[in-house]
Amino acid sequence: MAEIAEGGGGDGGKKRAKKSSTRVDMTPMVDLAFLLLTFFVLTSTFAEPKIMALAYPAKIEDQKNIKIPEVNNGITFLLTKDRILYYSGEFKPGVTQLEETDFGKNGVRKILADRNKYVINKHQELDLKVQQRQMHDTIAKKELIKAKKDKRALKVLVKTDTKATCKNFIDLVDELIIADIGVIAPVDLTKDEEALIKAKQ
Amino acid sequence: MARKLSMPKGSPTIDMTPMVDLAFLLVTFFMLAAKTRSSEPIEVNYSSSISDEEVPTKTLVMMTIDSGGCVYLNPGPQEIRKEVLLKMAGDYGVSFTEDQVESFTRLTSFGCAFKELPSYLNMSDEDRMHYETKGIPADTLFFPKNELKDWLYYTNKVLKDHGKKLYEDAVLNKKADQPDPLPEDFKPKYVIRADGSAVYVHAKKVVETCRDLKLNNLNFVTRLEMKR
Repeated sequence: MAEIAEGGGGDGGKKRAKKSSTRVDMTPMVDLAFLLLTFFVLTSTFAEPKIMALAYPAKIEDQKNIKIPEVNNGITFLLTKDRILYYSGEFKPGVTQLEETDFGKNGVRKILADRNKYVINKHQELDLKVQQRQMHDTIAKKELIKAKKDKRALKVLVKTDTKATCKNFIDLVDELIIADIGVIAPVDLTKDEEALIKAKQ
Repeated sequence: MARKLSMPKGSPTIDMTPMVDLAFLLVTFFMLAAKTRSSEPIEVNYSSSISDEEVPTKTLVMMTIDSGGCVYLNPGPQEIRKEVLLKMAGDYGVSFTEDQVESFTRLTSFGCAFKELPSYLNMSDEDRMHYETKGIPADTLFFPKNELKDWLYYTNKVLKDHGKKLYEDAVLNKKADQPDPLPEDFKPKYVIRADGSAVYVHAKKVVETCRDLKLNNLNFVTRLEMKR
């Protein structure tokens, strides 16, 4: 019954359809398209996380026979909550004083750039040579690694106290990598240094 | 009905076709460009660095430290999970059902003591998200046993062999115009994913655990920062 009725209606409709335009209402489709678009725009992540490699020194098993290597050109950074303290050379109880700096452009970066001039200059020199095709970049890489281990290169010890955050540590290591420091050694804080940090607060 | 739909003459209808074309073009672009977000259970705020090295996927072992200092572990790719779990189970004298092993291979990161693991695996994904945990015991100061060390020991052992196999496969299936696969690319990669606000001491205990196992080349997950 319904079908027949519909057929009849369809017959009438067909006549009318010829008159009216064949346009389809696209609004729902557009709605859907933009909904999907919004969803994908919001969910897609373009900034993929990266990794920063850090080689730690191997642990020494034989604690008795440790020979403390002589550091010619060293700097020690002490990290505490969002603050950064440092001293140069070896630690001498009573004599060594801590200086404070910050993560800004004129802070750590300037200190490191000044102290590690040898390697930074070498790096620029090698880059120039590679650019001018006087040197192959694999050789340049080897030369740079050699320069980083040179006596004149800056060696850095990083010590953290119990209040330093991971962000502080990673920020500092990042600065060290920017300054072409080859020898980065995260080590434990000594009692004397801890006392000095406390005195600074 | 049809009469209602038919527009009167001179109605302000706009041809929407170009807009629809554009919308679908953009949808297609974002759909294809979108990478599925990793389903790690813990959200972490990364610090930024200038490093632009990609996170490896084949031989990744990831340790996550959340802002409270709990340690979570992602013990390598799915293929090796079963072997690692069975070795750990043998060591700790805990047995697992087939279903639990199956659910362990599907996990991303988990953070609980080994004796809690069977009940943790029985949970639904939803429950696991809200599971209160102290993380994997990673020191002997607050926990009776450094379980992270055992996990890493077995994972390293299994993953090394797995990496070797992958490397041999890669050498065999290499096409003439491709560069030689490097054996370094198939070694286990240890990645630490630490929340920026976590106290470094917690990251340090993970680092020390790795160093005890002679895993000295570690990586920190960071966000890319523009140089200068």
